[in-house]
Amino acid sequence: MITTTTRLGQHLAQAPQTDTASNRWLNIGIFAVFVLVTLVIVFRASRNTRTASDYYAAGRAFTGPQNGIAISGDYLSAASFLGIAGAIAVYGYDGFLYSIGFLVAWLVALLLVAELLRNTGKYTMADVLSFRMRERPVRTAASLSTLAVSFFYLLAQMAGAGGLIALLLGISDKGQQAIVIAVVGALMIIYVLVGGMKGTTWVQIIKAALLIAGTFVMTLWVLGMYGFNLSSLLGSAVDAAGPGGEKLLNPGAQYGKSEASRLDFISLGLALVLGTAGLPHVLMRFYTVPTAKEARRSVVWAIWLIGLFYLFTLVLGYGAGALVGPEAIKNAPGEVNSAAPLLALQIGGPVLLGFISAVAFATILAVVAGLTITASASFAHDIYANVIKRGQVDDKQAEVKVARITAVVIGVVSILGGIAANGQNVAFLVALAFAVAASANLPTLLYSLFWKRFNTTGALWSIYGGLAVTIVLIVFSPAVSGDEEAMFPALDIAYFPLKNPGLVSIPVSFLLGYLGTVLSREPHNAAKYAEMEVRSLTGAGAEKSTAQH
Amino acid sequence: MSSSAHPDPDPGTDAGTWTETQQSPEFATLRRRLRTFVFPVSAIFLVWYLVYVLLADYAHGFMSIKLVGNINVGLVFGLLQFASTFLITALYVRYANKNLDPVAEQIRERVEGEQR
Repeated sequence: MITTTTRLGQHLAQAPQTDTASNRWLNIGIFAVFVLVTLVIVFRASRNTRTASDYYAAGRAFTGPQNGIAISGDYLSAASFLGIAGAIAVYGYDGFLYSIGFLVAWLVALLLVAELLRNTGKYTMADVLSFRMRERPVRTAASLSTLAVSFFYLLAQMAGAGGLIALLLGISDKGQQAIVIAVVGALMIIYVLVGGMKGTTWVQIIKAALLIAGTFVMTLWVLGMYGFNLSSLLGSAVDAAGPGGEKLLNPGAQYGKSEASRLDFISLGLALVLGTAGLPHVLMRFYTVPTAKEARRSVVWAIWLIGLFYLFTLVLGYGAGALVGPEAIKNAPGEVNSAAPLLALQIGGPVLLGFISAVAFATILAVVAGLTITASASFAHDIYANVIKRGQVDDKQAEVKVARITAVVIGVVSILGGIAANGQNVAFLVALAFAVAASANLPTLLYSLFWKRFNTTGALWSIYGGLAVTIVLIVFSPAVSGDEEAMFPALDIAYFPLKNPGLVSIPVSFLLGYLGTVLSREPHNAAKYAEMEVRSLTGAGAEKSTAQH
Repeated sequence: MSSSAHPDPDPGTDAGTWTETQQSPEFATLRRRLRTFVFPVSAIFLVWYLVYVLLADYAHGFMSIKLVGNINVGLVFGLLQFASTFLITALYVRYANKNLDPVAEQIRERVEGEQR
């Protein structure tokens, strides 16, 4: 996968004419301004955070466009910014393939999931999955799957943070990197604890605005240098790559190597397109708006922003190839991830580099905060309030308190995990998160929303089955062992040939959900299905906004 | 099911109201309109995406044919994926505003009216 931010050396600014130390302080300075501004906003937002609905769902008071911007802030991780631009610069066309899967996936969310979920649930994915089932077992399963996806994704982001720090701040010492990872984690805990969903959402909105504005300016700049002619930009990228540079324009440079790598690409493509609408932190964002119609507007805004952003990365990727050159990028300490920062340095000097670096940091911060609040909400609302206390939590404050404690625990665990995994190749964790979301979550969501007969047994089979198959296949894949780039290169238990399990695990989960339903003689709950269907399609009785204006 | 996944408590919303509404002709219309749009369109964009992935994966020669300057078939097909995503988004919004929202609103008002 693309988050190869892990094996990094020192600062990228070995390029002449730059002074590493002053760059570092410039980068830190710009980032500090971002942190200060967002902290002020988070503290102001916290003054109105009282109820569970405020804490988990920001009082359902964000507008569709605001939430759409926040969704793009949540979704566009450092991997998709630095990783995709770098992959296009070095591998050419194959880097572009990622962004298409990431974008098309939003149509699944728009057409099949977002509005129905908003109408039916309250705070979490498990609200919808357990609606018409025996509640405790299904809620537990859905919550475990939520926690698993969030944790894999969170660990990947935190481990990648170490590499990014090395790249952007020129800190090569592992101990110092650990300190910076701890600072990132501590900031995230503060955002989530103090600001709740409202504060977190504002952090994502600001970050998305900076990211999209920054990449837009760079895109115009690069295109302007080529007279706004995409063809001559591509030609220049080909020339800069030297002999065989033509390959950059054609598919296959990265995935065309062998039969297994081609199958692996199909498998990845499936997980990307079906995983997005099953990512719990994406689903939870739909509860922050007052109505299903606003949820629809959120997705529409997100699709436009994410689509435009990926078009920018296409230009930036080839631009970095043309202006910096693939060899220089591969030899820079951050390897492919250094493409966008190097391009910023090339065209805009240290100030633009500082801005882009700060945006990359802000990106990690916003994404991990979104994941943490999702995981803590699922534990507090699903496991604590509804499974352990059986829905009898008199004092909603108690539930929010549990959510806050969980957020701290998750924050601390992810700091420690991020430090431990720093320098390890944990890129497979992102693939794993998407594969679990596509295998365990999406089939169960779709069956639950659209298939009348679906029952508790079916839901448990598709969630636990999807989770188990995906994890087992990853453990026995070349991403974990038996490959130079694996996490444990010395070990060889890679009995499954693909790094991405989606091609097998997604159909298996759909099949398990079906078989579990038809083989168990348990009847579906017709009355609850009637209620769920009417609620999901019309919004009758849906959660209202609790904001006071 | 506890009352936790929806507004608690729901005075007066008995199972009968939901079942009656679900079996009403208006609701059948709403369900039909939703499903006749989202199911076929989902199938179309998923197939179109898969075709694109397979072409990029196995038809390198075809995707590498240059059309204008350095712009080849692969790039055009990739950009068409963006275009189709934007187009489907716009079409769905128009369809939902015109054909889904008014019916949904009518049914919602009736159900919530009965609850009060």
